[in-house]
Amino acid sequence: VRVRYFALFREQRGLSEETVATVARTVGDLYLELATRHGLTMPLESIRCAINEEFQTFDAELSNDDEIVFVPPVAGG
Amino acid sequence: MMEFKLTRKPIVAEDPDLREAGGFVIFEGRVRRFNEGREVLAIEYEAFEPMALREGEKLLRDALAEHGVLEAVCVHRLGRLELGETAVRVAVAARHRREAFEACSAIIDGLKRDVPIWKKEFYADGESEWILNQDASFQKPDPEK
Repeated sequence: VRVRYFALFREQRGLSEETVATVARTVGDLYLELATRHGLTMPLESIRCAINEEFQTFDAELSNDDEIVFVPPVAGG
Repeated sequence: MMEFKLTRKPIVAEDPDLREAGGFVIFEGRVRRFNEGREVLAIEYEAFEPMALREGEKLLRDALAEHGVLEAVCVHRLGRLELGETAVRVAVAARHRREAFEACSAIIDGLKRDVPIWKKEFYADGESEWILNQDASFQKPDPEK
């Protein structure tokens, strides 16, 4: 899957995007895997996720060509 | 009519001009000097742009679905902003003031909750920090919208 990083996650990962090979079945499992591997600090309960530009729940299943964004708490305005 | 925009340049006021509208409400959010007791020098905004546009348009569509709301425009700035600069501008035209106030308020509240825009504050003491809005919603996607 393709993963894009923004804001806090972009800085913690040191990248804006990458292609990730994973055995994770859900987007939540993928976050936990990446958080462990790259030291992403926010707990799953504090963030949201988007698949292909739509908010999803963390139990959503991954497909190969998905674009995943982990969304830190938004702070517009 | 509705329009949600992201811009890297200073926001220019574009107000609805509708003869049917009796109430116009404009909200501007600006960069202020103090936040949580710390002196702010500047703010940097970042967005997941395609998704921010879609989520923003949903908010405006919801606003226009309310009775009496005729036009809703929202512009959010990206990049680095200095003190006093306008970060976001919401302009609503409605038949009457009540609808205009309510729609404007719903749009800015929704923006702070659901639109993937983030800000990093730069402080006078040289530190900087990503801000986590109190009203950002967690894990509450609404597939109906």
